[in-house]
Amino acid sequence: MSGYLGDVAALARTSLLLELRQRDTVPAMVLFVVSALVVFRFSLPADASDLASLGLLWIAIVFTAILALTRAFVAERDQRVLDGLVLATGDRSAIWLGKVAGVLAFLVLAELVALPAFALFFAAVGWETVAAVALANVGIAAVGTLLAAMAAASRARELLLPLLFLPLVIPVVVGGVGASVEPDPGRYLAFLGLYDLIFAILAWASFDYVVAE
Amino acid sequence: MRNNLGPALAVGALLVLGTGLGLALFWAPEDADQGVSQRIFYVHVPIALTAYACFGWGAWKALRLLWTREARYDLESYTAIHMGTIFGVLVLVTGSIWAKVSWGIWWSWSERQLVLFLVLFLFYSAYFMLRYSTDPGPRRANMSAVYALFGVVLIPVSFLAIRLAENFIHPVVFTREGPQMAGSMFFAFCVCLAGMLLLAAALYQAELAGKRLDARVRELREALA
Repeated sequence: MSGYLGDVAALARTSLLLELRQRDTVPAMVLFVVSALVVFRFSLPADASDLASLGLLWIAIVFTAILALTRAFVAERDQRVLDGLVLATGDRSAIWLGKVAGVLAFLVLAELVALPAFALFFAAVGWETVAAVALANVGIAAVGTLLAAMAAASRARELLLPLLFLPLVIPVVVGGVGASVEPDPGRYLAFLGLYDLIFAILAWASFDYVVAE
Repeated sequence: MRNNLGPALAVGALLVLGTGLGLALFWAPEDADQGVSQRIFYVHVPIALTAYACFGWGAWKALRLLWTREARYDLESYTAIHMGTIFGVLVLVTGSIWAKVSWGIWWSWSERQLVLFLVLFLFYSAYFMLRYSTDPGPRRANMSAVYALFGVVLIPVSFLAIRLAENFIHPVVFTREGPQMAGSMFFAFCVCLAGMLLLAAALYQAELAGKRLDARVRELREALA
């Protein structure tokens, strides 16, 4: 494989290899999401509905994603690799796409634990919630990776990312919660798909400007 | 030529906005349902539309920056978004006052426009955090511009999201679309809107001139040092 997709695959593989060797992001995400679900258990009254707990599931997912995104550019920043990548790759959006693939993989791994844990602690998870989580992952990874690159270039770094990220993922939470709790999940899933499409294109097109001087 | 634009806009804003408020308060007929409290409509809605215009203007300047890479667009985009945020805060304040007078509560999640402005306020506040925690230069200009473009895309997406969320958060109880507007009311509204846009343009010019002067003084000081 060569060219654009080759760059993307190489960068995604680097993210996964680094994680496989150091194992510092995914275990932290898993532990965080399970801890969050336990905390939520004690913040809900005993007679709270399953619908309320489904809403909390989405909060847990978004906050767990922030953990992954905060770590997304740490290795590059610490080792000053990003400058090299910017100079090396032909099309810089390949850096973004490679990182998105990495973040997406971490999110899915964390959710493979989080969703069964949620089903165990709270209520059964329907197909519509799983579909919504899958769609939401794409939007979260697409927007979050771009914002993580911005935050990594600022002095505030870890502090800044949630501030940039949360207002932008409100629509994702709306779509996800709607698909989980409403009797007709179709239009919420469609809305999530629309969000993914719009913001993935926008992030893909604008990443070049964020990393280039 | 450029130096006269600011004062001319300021005088225009004073005249048009003064006339508009006069028309709204004394000439337009009183609303049958809401009475005198409805007259805040002539301030609240023009402020909201002006805020959108400022955000749009800021995004347009951001697009120009990314397109042409001319540094001056950075300051223009920043100033427009600064104005938009100030007008956005005013939307929240006037909307809150209207909600209190009409419904007896300071905040209502069923009022889409207010909820949207709350989201936008949070979003654009983060814009300032981003700018202030990044060193000045082309990188900061580019990042601010990209974030500003995300903002104008977020506006319709958030509006759609808020509409969708109403189904499971809060049923719609109050609508403002109810009564049809009389011709004289619409005219007063348009004059107020024009005045508010002129006010925003005047403030934009004033702040931009100040910021440019600031940058020039800094350059001179560096040259002297």
